[in-house]
Formats: sequence, structure tokens, C-alpha cells
Amino acid sequence: MKNKITVTKIIIAIIALICVVVAAAPFYFMIISSFKEQFELLTTGIFAFPKGLFLDNYKAIVESNFYKYLFNSLFVVSVSLVLILMTASFAAYPFSRLKFKYNKPLFAIVVAAMAVPIHVTLIPLFQLTQSLHIYDTVWALIGPYVAFNIPISVFILTSFMADIPKELEEAAEIDGCGKFGTFFKILFPLSKPGLATLAIYNSVNMWNEFSFALVLTQTERSRTLPLSIWEYQGQYSANMPMIMTVLTLCAIPMIIAFIIGQDKLVKGMMAGAVKG
Amino acid sequence: MNVTHSLAKSRKRQTIFAATVFLIPVFLFIAVYIVYPIFDSFSLSLNSWNGIDSAKKFIGFGNWITLMGDKVFWKAFSNNIIIMILSILIQLPIGMALAVLLDVGGRKLNFFKVMYFMPMLMSSVAIGFLFKYVYDPQFGFISAIIKLFNGSAMVDILGSTTLAIFAVVAVICWQFTPFYMVYFLAGLSSLPPEIYEAAIIDGATRGKYFWRVALPMLKGTVKSAIVLSLVGALKYFDLIWVMTEGGPSGSTELMATYMYKNAFQSMKMGYGATIASAMFIIITAISLLTIKGMNRKEEE
Repeated sequence: MKNKITVTKIIIAIIALICVVVAAAPFYFMIISSFKEQFELLTTGIFAFPKGLFLDNYKAIVESNFYKYLFNSLFVVSVSLVLILMTASFAAYPFSRLKFKYNKPLFAIVVAAMAVPIHVTLIPLFQLTQSLHIYDTVWALIGPYVAFNIPISVFILTSFMADIPKELEEAAEIDGCGKFGTFFKILFPLSKPGLATLAIYNSVNMWNEFSFALVLTQTERSRTLPLSIWEYQGQYSANMPMIMTVLTLCAIPMIIAFIIGQDKLVKGMMAGAVKG
Repeated sequence: MNVTHSLAKSRKRQTIFAATVFLIPVFLFIAVYIVYPIFDSFSLSLNSWNGIDSAKKFIGFGNWITLMGDKVFWKAFSNNIIIMILSILIQLPIGMALAVLLDVGGRKLNFFKVMYFMPMLMSSVAIGFLFKYVYDPQFGFISAIIKLFNGSAMVDILGSTTLAIFAVVAVICWQFTPFYMVYFLAGLSSLPPEIYEAAIIDGATRGKYFWRVALPMLKGTVKSAIVLSLVGALKYFDLIWVMTEGGPSGSTELMATYMYKNAFQSMKMGYGATIASAMFIIITAISLLTIKGMNRKEEE
């Protein structure tokens, strides 16, 4: 009975396949276009498979200052990520473990910070980075990236640490470990799976971030990959395959991140969703 | 007695010291990059300033009065609301349907799960550019499909004041439906399997199980999904900025794009800060009201 093929099942299967096509078609379009010559697109139609493996688009992009944008993105994301993981695990320790008077209200402030729309901070931060003389440098982006990803990270890590059994700490305390020793020797190492979730989730977010990068940077020496698409658009406005090449190159790292940490990414998104 | 007392005291002092040291970095970041800017935005909204002069001109609530009568702002706000309503009506049901499918299919449908998830991995900017070409009247994807059926008709979808907003909503749904799918899927798979078995033994069909048992149990999940998509819709910026910059003639203008234009293109920093502050108030108010309203319904 379980494997009976019914009309309903066939209809469901067809709808499911249509959804796959809808989800994947733009990617197909993006990737095959990137292997086409500018005018091939017009003559053969957009659905056609490329005539040959045309790699000149990739060559042109890699030979431009693509690596500069790539470096900026990598730099901003990795520095911010280290700061986020450090500060978030520092904060998660007292929130999940220590009893003190203002624990709950302070945690509530962190949770409330998750709901703040970034747009309300754009103008003040634009001014702040100018008065600190870091406007239009990669340093301008690190502060906002850390600040806006930290509340959710603290939130995820606090619930992660709360699930770590307390016995180990008690043993450490009897052995004369202070609060700092307990954190660095026991809780921090035990939080590695939680930190890995945060690392992947936050990297994807920051890699794709646009608004701060648009407002706080201006020239190619400090712009990150999402903004580079813009620059190429200006340069190759009529050359669609070229733009598709840039898009494909920008998406590759995220697809790799997804393959490595599919479960972790989803877990981070779920925890991020709970904040609503 | 005295010794234990002072020991407890010193332990307490240690705890407070440790908590303070560990919490300082987080609150430093929150204070500098989140709390200070909120207040600064509000105070800037009381000034007229072009971002260059050293002196700001204090004008009291002048900007706020202008905002109240600003037709473009209210048009933008109503566009945000249109996106909000359509997002909830389209993304949540499709997301739920796909989640149920994947939940029933289990591991066999892993390929589908990965495919459905793909749109989540791209940045909004990339998606915006990609769909700009998808909608392109000359060599876009959509035109190609129309051409298959209808000779040489060329439709400039993003250039049409009536169609552009729906075209943008379609892309937003394409981008975010997978998120709700994953979200509901997590909810569905957290339901204990015994409940499903019990329902089937009691003679329920799969459909009945979903509507009468699973859905009511996922009420909390659905509620937070609604709040999320509500708040998300009020904040949209990247995608629309890339695709239309709010055009043609304001038909896809949103609060965030209007704010950006005022502050960073017309250099009306004071007015931009007013729009940003208004957004902050609107988003906070709407999300608080929704959460409160939904909780009240619960109690009845």
C-alpha cells in the first residue's frame, strides 16, 4: 500500500520538479552564460548550451583587480569573524554560567539589539568613520560587521553553553581553577561545535553584506566583492556574459561553505530565526 | 561561620569581577555601533545638514513635519506594506508546502532539499543583478519565454510602473521562500513521530494529520515566521536598490531606498536621519504590536 502510485502522487511530483526548475533556472542561466561570448548570447538564444568551453570571460575577470576585491572580502570577513567568536564566547560564559544581579536585563539588551534595523545606524556610522579617518578603508567595515552579528552569536552561544554539563567546571573549581581558568580551559574548548556553527553562519552573512559596504567604502582599494559587481557592471554594461562570470565567481565560496557545513549553516539560520 | 561568610563574599566578588570583564567587549561594540547611532540619528533628525559644513542648523521638528506631508515617503511606506503582505501570502504557504513534502519524503528527497536551498546562498546584490538580466526586455529569460509563445512582443517589466513592484516581489519570494521552508522543516521534524503514528492509528489521513495535528502544534513557529517576514519586508534595501533604485518614477521606492537617496545622494543628512529614525519607530512599533496581538489571540 505504501508504494502505490496514485494520481495525487504524480501531481505532487510534477509540482516538486517545477519548483526545482524555478529554483535552479537562474543558476543555470548564470553559469552557462558565463561561458558564452558576448554575441553568442544574441545569436543562439539564452537557453542554448555554450558552443565550446569559452574561458575568456574568466580570464578577463581574474586578470582585472578581482583579486583585490577578493582580498578585501577575505580580510574583512576573517578579522570580523575572529572578533565575533572571541567576544561572543566571552559574553556567553557569564550569561550561561554566572549568577549575578543584572544577568537577565543585560541579556535582554543583547536580544533587543538583534531587532535594530541597520539603516538607522548608517548615517551616524558614516560620520563616525569619517571622524576616525577610517572611512573608505576595510577597517570601517569591521566594527559594524562585528556589532551587528554579535547579538545573534551571543544568543546562539549562550544556549549552547547552557547545555554543557556543569560537573566538569565544578571539578575544575575544586582543583582551584578560577573563573577565567574555567572559561579558557573548559568551556571555550567544549564550545567548538557551537563556534563552528557561528563561523559558517556569520561568514555567509558578512560575505554577502551590502549596505555598510556601500555607505562606508568608496573606492576599489577598500570595496568588497558584492560592491565589485557594481564596478564591473559599469565597465561591461552591455556584456552580460561578463557580469554572469563575476556573479558565478562570487557565489563559488558560498557554495563551498554550503557543501562543507550544510547542517551548521541551517542550524545557525534556525537559531537566527528564533530571535523574532 | 564568619569564615564561610567572608568566603561566600569573596566568591561573589570574584563572580562579579569575571562577569564584568567578560561582558565589556560585547557591550562596547553594542554601545558604539548600535546604541550611540540610534540616539545620534534622532538628534541629527532635528537638524538641517548637508554632511559637509561643519555647522549643522538646528531646526527642531521641521524635518519631522516635512516627513508627515512627504508623499514620496508615504508611497514608499505603502510599497513596503505591499511587499510585506505579498511576502507573507506567498512565501509562507509555499515554504510550508515544500517543508511538508521534504518532511514526508525524508532522505530520498535530499537532492530536492539542496536545490530548493540554493537561492539562500547568493547575496542580494548578485540576485538583483541576475534577475535584472532575467527580466531584460532584449535578451532576458522572461522575454525569451514570452517570445516562444508570442512572436516578437517585448516587455520591459522593470521599466513599467505597474509591473515593476510585482517583478521585484517575485524575486524576493524566490530568494526567501527557501528560508521559510528550512524553518518549517526544522519545526516539522521536531514533532515526535509517536504523534503521527497515533493519529494514523486513529484513522487520520496525512492531510488530516497536517491540518488538525501538525499545524496547530507549529503555531509558535508559524507566528515567528510571520513576525520575521513582517520585519524583513520593512527593511528591504539591497535587492531593490540593485534592480530598480526605487524606480521607475518611485513605483518601487521603499523607506530604505528613499533614506539612502536623501542622505547619500542629495546629501540631506538631517532629512535622511529623520527617515531612518521613522523607520526605526515604525519597525519597532509594528513588531511589538504584532507580537502582542498574536499573544492576545492566544489567550482568548
